Amino acid sequence: MGKYIVKRILITIPVLLMVTVFCFIIVNLAPGDPTDLYISENATEQQIAQMRSSLGIDQPFPIQYFKWLLNLVQGNLGFSFASRLPVIDVLPTKIIATVTLMASTLLVSYLLAIPLGIISARKQNGFVDNLITGVSFLGISIPNFFFGLALIYIFALQLGVLPTGGMETLGGSGGLVDRMQHLILPTIVLAAFYCSNMIRYVRASMIDIFAENYMRTATAKGLKETLILWGHGVRNAWVPIITVISTDIPKMLGGAIVTEQIFQWPGIGQWMISAINARDYPVLMAINLVAAVSVLVFNLLADLLYAAVDPRIRY
Amino acid sequence: MAINSILSVKDLTISFNTFEGEVNAVRGVTFDLKEGETLALVGESGSGKSVSTKAITQLLPQRHTTISKGEIWYHDHDLLKKSSKEMKKIRGKDIAMIFQDPMTSLNPTLTVGRQIAEPLIEHRGMTKQAAKVEAIALMRKVGIVAAEQRFHQYPHQFSGGMRQRVMIAIALACHPKILIADEPTTALDVTIQAQIIDLLKELQAEFATSTIFITHDLGVVANIADRVAVMYAGKIVEIGTVDEIFYNPKHPYTWGLLASMPTMKMDNDDLYTIPGSPPNLLNVPTGDPFSSRNMYALEIDFQEEPPMFKVSETHYAATWLLHPDAPSIEVPEEIKRRNEQFVSILAAKGADSDE
Ligand SMILES: Nc1ncnc2c1ncn2[C@@H]1O[C@H](COP(=O)(O)OP(=O)(O)OP(=O)(O)O)[C@@H](O)[C@H]1O
Ligand SMILES: [Mg+2]
Repeated sequence: MGKYIVKRILITIPVLLMVTVFCFIIVNLAPGDPTDLYISENATEQQIAQMRSSLGIDQPFPIQYFKWLLNLVQGNLGFSFASRLPVIDVLPTKIIATVTLMASTLLVSYLLAIPLGIISARKQNGFVDNLITGVSFLGISIPNFFFGLALIYIFALQLGVLPTGGMETLGGSGGLVDRMQHLILPTIVLAAFYCSNMIRYVRASMIDIFAENYMRTATAKGLKETLILWGHGVRNAWVPIITVISTDIPKMLGGAIVTEQIFQWPGIGQWMISAINARDYPVLMAINLVAAVSVLVFNLLADLLYAAVDPRIRY
Repeated sequence: MAINSILSVKDLTISFNTFEGEVNAVRGVTFDLKEGETLALVGESGSGKSVSTKAITQLLPQRHTTISKGEIWYHDHDLLKKSSKEMKKIRGKDIAMIFQDPMTSLNPTLTVGRQIAEPLIEHRGMTKQAAKVEAIALMRKVGIVAAEQRFHQYPHQFSGGMRQRVMIAIALACHPKILIADEPTTALDVTIQAQIIDLLKELQAEFATSTIFITHDLGVVANIADRVAVMYAGKIVEIGTVDEIFYNPKHPYTWGLLASMPTMKMDNDDLYTIPGSPPNLLNVPTGDPFSSRNMYALEIDFQEEPPMFKVSETHYAATWLLHPDAPSIEVPEEIKRRNEQFVSILAAKGADSDE
């Protein structure tokens, strides 16, 4: 097991390197130049050159990349072009903001999706199942920018019960309740998609499981229904569920970009949009790195969890 | 000596509501299971063997199954009238089942030991500890060596034959009165098949379990059964003692079944197959559903389904050939010749029970 983890982490390193190279190329190939943004239109050639060298973008790409890599190894992600602050100092607060939003989305999604998916599967094609499947289809198909704006309009502007955005009331006293209130709407928007998707997975895996021969054996033994359902059925659903969780969490970052933008949530997603607009290469590289690492970490975590829930899997 | 029936199935009629229409899977099945006996159910694929027996413990999918007629009597109770809660107390305790596919019939995420212990805890009120001791004893009994260690193993660590032994241990855990074995050896290779059959015979004698044994293998039938019921298109077309069915079969379908059994002696070219295929149960033809495949079919076979004609106290067959007005047709020579192979099996069995 320990050996397996070490091996997996070692495999990860070249993958990460490849990812950063690709990101570096894409970021630099994107149209626009940082100097256009940070210097006035009538700057002299000399001023522009000076600017370029101070940002470190006057050198050939390979050299820029290796410098970035060298800094990275030393725990330095460079300075933001826009704010001039070290990226590494800003990153943790952004990650915390996004992780908070994701964690609450995940919590809500699983608390709802697992029971609803099971109910749906048990009542397959019945009224309740059709209702759950229908609503979750809506949840998957509704565009999050539209849904987010609609929620803001209803709950913040019309009813005035919830804030329009941000992580806490500016100039307010803060506190847990205030933060929770700010969390509600963005969580709903993200969970609408995530939870709906999850319900479909839970439903599909439970339908497959109910048709399994070992479920028939459990029934033929005369066991109680709750034991058959949880002790024999749901137990076997963990592998497919974990697969979805681990592949979907990094994908959620994508959904978070739009949602954070709508709700002015000061997380990775919003930071990324502003970094793209500002051609803030160091910030973009840092975010890409975080995203890539999270994909790899969750894949590894999923593989370890498989072994925990399925006795047939051993490393 | 009159032996009491432990289970009486009367006029059982089951259909499935499917996308294409109503599938008449079981069309009036009547039989008794006598105390301590082994009744073999034979017949082509799709003839309704599994559906009839699953109905006994209410294992059919409730939503699209209609049991339009029939009674299943067990100890003065009609099992068809039992609520699912009452049925839970009977399943696994009074009536246990073994299924065809040992590879998928065990839960892959639970230890084998726990799966054997479950019915003990549920029905015999054992503590976890007591159930473990008993489960290990059961594992030994069904021939699993190193039972203590294997108790903690998972199904994937067992071979197919070993898994079927585990299934047998689960089924016999609560000393059921009735065991329904639905093709328990079909998925296993020949040598393992023989071992499992021997084990079942041995345990059945020890526990005095009345058994319904579904199989396609007439050699197994000759070896294990006291009586045989032959099913065709959702009906029992012939029922009798093993000797009656093998030495004096009356239904042309039974003749065909016996003739289609491969023997050691013959070449494969000799292998007989019943011409045609079973009728579509969505739309059962009028008359005897077997008539179109029956070279001895009479005119009436195409107009009216034959009732059960009595051959002896224990032997009945549903064929118009038994009607007093029917022309007399001898059992084909072919059948007589092929049946010789069963003589040795039946003789060996007779010797066994004399000991
Ligand atoms: N759940 C179901 N829904 C619809 N039709 C079904 C269902 N279960 C069984 N049937 C149909 O009922 C008929 C009898 O099936 P059954 O399984 O009893 O056959 P069998 O005699 O056990 O055959 P085999 O030897 O292949 O096991 C078949 O035509 C089958 O297609
Ligand atoms: Mg069957």
